[in-house]
This record gives sequence, C-alpha cells and structure tokens, in this order.
Amino acid sequence: MALLVVKFDLKKRVKLAQTVWFMYWFAVLAGILVLSLGLFFKIELRKRSELMDNNESHFLPNVLIAMGLIACGINAFGGKVCYDSLDPTKFAKWKPMLKTFLVFCMGFNALLIATALLCFVMRIPFQFTLAEGLKNGMKFYKDTDTPGRCYMKRTLDLMQMEFRCCGNDNYRDWFEIQWVSNRYLDFSAKEVKDRIGSNVDGQYLMDGVPFSCCNPSSPRPCIQYQMTNNSAHYSYDHYTEELNVWRRGCREALLSYYGGIMNTIGALVLLVTMLEVAVTVGLQYVDTSLSTLANPEDMESESEGFLLEKTVKETFTDIMAKMKAMGKGAKVEEGGEEGVATVS
Amino acid sequence: MPFLSLKFNLQKRVKLAQGLWMLYWLAVIVGIILFSLGIFFKIELRKRSEIMDNNESHLVPNLLILVGMLSCGLNAFGGKLCHDSLDPQKFSKMKPMLRPYMLLCCGFNALLLLLVLLCFLMQFAVYLTLAEGLKNAIRFYKDTDTPGRCFMKRTLDMTQIEFRCCGNNNFRDWFEVQWISNRYLDMSNDVVKDRVLSNVEGKYLMDSVPFSCCNPGSPRPCIQHHLTNNSAHYDYDHRTEELNIWNRGCRQAVFSYYSGIMNSIGALLIFTMAGDVAGLKYLSTALETMADPENPECESEGWLLEKGFKETLADLLSKVKTFGRANQVEEGGTSPNVTAT
Repeated sequence: MALLVVKFDLKKRVKLAQTVWFMYWFAVLAGILVLSLGLFFKIELRKRSELMDNNESHFLPNVLIAMGLIACGINAFGGKVCYDSLDPTKFAKWKPMLKTFLVFCMGFNALLIATALLCFVMRIPFQFTLAEGLKNGMKFYKDTDTPGRCYMKRTLDLMQMEFRCCGNDNYRDWFEIQWVSNRYLDFSAKEVKDRIGSNVDGQYLMDGVPFSCCNPSSPRPCIQYQMTNNSAHYSYDHYTEELNVWRRGCREALLSYYGGIMNTIGALVLLVTMLEVAVTVGLQYVDTSLSTLANPEDMESESEGFLLEKTVKETFTDIMAKMKAMGKGAKVEEGGEEGVATVS
Repeated sequence: MPFLSLKFNLQKRVKLAQGLWMLYWLAVIVGIILFSLGIFFKIELRKRSEIMDNNESHLVPNLLILVGMLSCGLNAFGGKLCHDSLDPQKFSKMKPMLRPYMLLCCGFNALLLLLVLLCFLMQFAVYLTLAEGLKNAIRFYKDTDTPGRCFMKRTLDMTQIEFRCCGNNNFRDWFEVQWISNRYLDMSNDVVKDRVLSNVEGKYLMDSVPFSCCNPGSPRPCIQHHLTNNSAHYDYDHRTEELNIWNRGCRQAVFSYYSGIMNSIGALLIFTMAGDVAGLKYLSTALETMADPENPECESEGWLLEKGFKETLADLLSKVKTFGRANQVEEGGTSPNVTAT
C-alpha cells in the first residue's frame, strides 16, 4: 500500500510540473541568499578579527557558503528535470538518475537542518574567543608604536564608539591597566613617579577612561579623568551619574550583535530547509506520476503519484534488510579470504 | 524627404518591437531607482535638519519622487504599446494615443533636464543653510536643559564623530563660544570667576574642544583641554600636532557628503534621458507605412521626422504664426464695434 497516493491526469501532471519548476527557481534564489549570508558573516568576522585575537573560527561561514553553492546547483538541476518532464523523450534521459538524485536531496536537507542547529550553538565558543580577545585588545591599547599592534588603539576606539560600550565588562576595566603609553608620560614629574611607585608592576594606573567611552547624550561635557573623585568636578557624584560614559561592556555588546546575526541566519536556513523539503516532495510526485502511466504510449492516460512505494514501516525494514545484505556480503568475502589466508 | 529613414521588413520590425519592449522595462526599473533615491535623499535631509536650522529646502527630493513615479507609469505604458504593436488589431486601437504619448514623453524629458539643473544648482542653497545652521548649533551646544534644543549637543557630537570633523571651519570655532553649561560651572571658584570677568560678554571661554573632536587614529590619548598651551602636556607642540583632533571643518565635511549625493543623482538623471522616444517613433512609422496593410510580411519604411529637420522647423513656425494671426483677426473684428459705440 503506497503512502499518500494522488491520482493524476494530463492537466494535473502539467500543472504539477510547472509548479515544481517555479518552486525550484525560488529555491535557487534561496540558495543564493544562503551563500550571500555566509559571505556577509565571514566579512563581519574578518572586520573585527583583531579584537578576537585573530583566532576566530570561520567554520560556520564556510559551511554556509558551501551549502549555498550546492543548493544552487541541486535546485537548478531539479528545475531542468521538471522542465523536461513534460516531454517524454527528454524525460527518458533523466529518469535513471532521478532515484539517486532524490536520495541525495534528502541527505542535503538533513545537512541543512544540521547547519541551522550549528548557527544557534556556535554562540558558546564565540563568547570565549571574544572575552580573551577583548582583554588582550585593552592590554595592547597603548602600544601604538609596536608593529602589529599599532592599530589596536584605533580599532578599539572605533568599536567602543560604534557599539556604545566601554571596557570588557564595564568601564572599570580601564582602571586596571596602563592605557597611556610611556612615551607621553613625564617621568621627571613627581605625580607620575608616585603613581608608578605605588604599583607592584610599575604601571601608571589611573581612574580615567579613553574618550571613546564618552556618551554624547550626556547633558554635561564628558568627564574622563578622576572619575571616582567627586570633589574634582563641580556637582558630580560618580555613584549616581549614569549618562556620562557608556555603562555596557563591549563583550556583551559584541556578543549580542553577532548572536543576533547568527540567530537570524539560523532562522533563514530553517526556512530554506522547509522550501527544499517541499521541492523534493514535489519532484518525487512528478517522477512517480510519470512512471505509473496506465498506457505508456498515450500521454493523456491517468497515472498515480505517491510519496513512498510501500508504507513507512515496510520501507524502513527494506532499507535495514538491504544494509544487512551488504554487510553480510562483505563478511562472506572476508571469511572466504581469511579461510584462504589461514590455510596457506 | 523624411529625416533619418530606415527600411524595415517583418523580421526587423519584430526585432525592433522586442528590443524596445525590453528597454522600456529597464526604464521602469530605473524609474523605481529614481523614486527610492528621492526617498533616501529626503530621509538624509530630515536626519540632519537640526544642524541646518530646520530650514532646508526639500524641493529636489520631492521632484525626484514625482519624476520616479511618472517615469514608471510612462515607461510601463510604452512597454505595453510595444507589446501590442506586433498584433495589428490591438495596435489599431492604440494608434490614436501614440502622438499625445510621444509629446508627453518629450515634456517628461524636459522635466528631467530641469531636475538635473536643479541638482547642480541647489548645492549652493545647501551650503549656505549648512553654514548658518552649524554656527547656531555650536552656539546652542550647551543648552541641554532648554526645550527644543536639548538634543543639539548629542546631534552635534554624533555629526562630528560620523563625519570626522570639528567646528564650523576648524576646531578654533569652539574657542569662541561657551560650550559648557553654567549649571556645571562652580561660580564660587576663583579661576572660573576670572575667566568669566575677563570676557566682555561674561562668557566662560577656554581653549578646549568637546570629546567628539578627538581623532581615534592618534597614537596618544586625546588632548582636549589647554590645546594651545604646550607646557600643559608632556612632549606636545600644538603647531606641529596633526593627529590629535580632526582638522577638517564640519561645514566642508557635511557639504561634500550632500554634494556627492546630488551629483550622483544628477548623473543618473542624465543617463535616464534615453532615446526611447526615437525608438518608438521608428516603430510607429514603420507600422503605418506598410505597403500592403493586409500582408504583415511586406516591407515598410520608418523615420524620425516626416520632412527634413529645417522643413519641420519651418512648418512649426508657420503653424505658430497662423495661430497668432487668427487671434489678431478676431481682435481686429471685435474692436471696431467697441470704438463705434
């Protein structure tokens, strides 16, 4: 008893073939969409690879690009098969390949689902890469004369302004490192010598932040230096002041940005998967409806299209039996060879 | 003697009609692009209307939106004409509408030309509006508690950060205004009192700039205050320091952004003034002059103008003259009645 049988006459067959052809062209566009999403994500990662220790994993965008290309190819081929299905001579060319093609399509759809899941899961290792990279980024902020790190200051400043964040977890991270280069410190000044002396590592630490932490929405000009000293500024209380510098940490800001991109891409890939499943089912119906013509010479005869030739259980037992037979065949061969080997 | 006449057989006519049809659909897409460019330009002007004194002229984007919609409509109709021209029945229905349609297209091209001129000329108006608006913006920077101006600080800071500029002409414009609100000045402090009194208008002026003037590409942390005092900072010479704050003025920076948009729009408009009017004229005349109207496969001739260029111009002038003379004769006829009574 076949699964989900539908009766077809010539008109219905033509309509089915046209609809599935149309859907295949949409699926080609969807494949191009997945490809461009992969490229976009790759570019976004490269733009900020400095802040991620040049260590970020490009696995996900590469997979997306590959899946996009394969989807375009499969769907273009499927569209061509549908177009030719209305002409019996042309269809006879494609018929032998169709079964393998359909199995391949099902495997591809499973891979697409796996890719979508990957999009949602890759957030977690990404978090660790970001945390490590940002910590180092702040450490190397002052090294504008060291080759390889001379643009770290500019990258970090631009990032803090663009994402409206300050420091790793919050602005106090800047209090714990020396972010002013020694070239701009007057070592003959008493104040500088005191600060450096009071510190175990000999670093010039201060309760100040770079200008890129400043919030333009603050009603008063930005207070960057001596932030924890209320008496240094008129009418200022650092406990209640909220608008002066950005309060969010950059790790959280970047993570929510990239997390948003990955979630959107995951959702879109799921939608594309549903479209792919639909066209695969459509092609199966086209194939079976043309194979079961009551009278092969007469194009106008009726036919039946189905999803599976037998029921789900029977198909499953069939596949298991085939796999067992394959396994046994291999064993028999090995057993024969072994027998020969031990005898000689 | 027809102007620029070409011989057509059935195949050439069909090819001409198909080519024109594709061209018309391309022109519809260009019309949609013009429409969206108009909306984009309008949004960009509204985004920064605060630094232009809320006084900027929206003439160019409004005209552009109108032209985009007109272009879509006209070109879609032209495409339909071309599509029907291959079927004699449908074409005979459309034939009377052809002449007014081509006149409309000529008028539309004249409108496009006007818009191109406007795109290039309105840049002067934008420049003047910007100069005035930025001057006022810098003056109102500190008024974050005055309703209607409380976002001026944020707008100006974001503009300076985004366009990488400082002040109106350069950073020294900030030295001439008080950009710190009195609410944050300790009036009991001697330093503050000295500064305020040393000034005729009682303003707290200093040689400092806001943080948004800072250049992230500078190798040293930003020096915002005491800019002209070399001894206030270690290893600093304000005459040779170039990377500390942005050197460009915001009027120059914002104007070059807007003039870039307007120049691109002008260039696209010039490109749009395509010769599809010429193509349609050829097609219609080719269909009209078929030697044997019943046989679609006969030859025909298509041209741009029925007589030579000079003759057509002379015809037009004589038509205009007869039109004027007819009016005069009428007036001459009525006036004797008036004088007689």
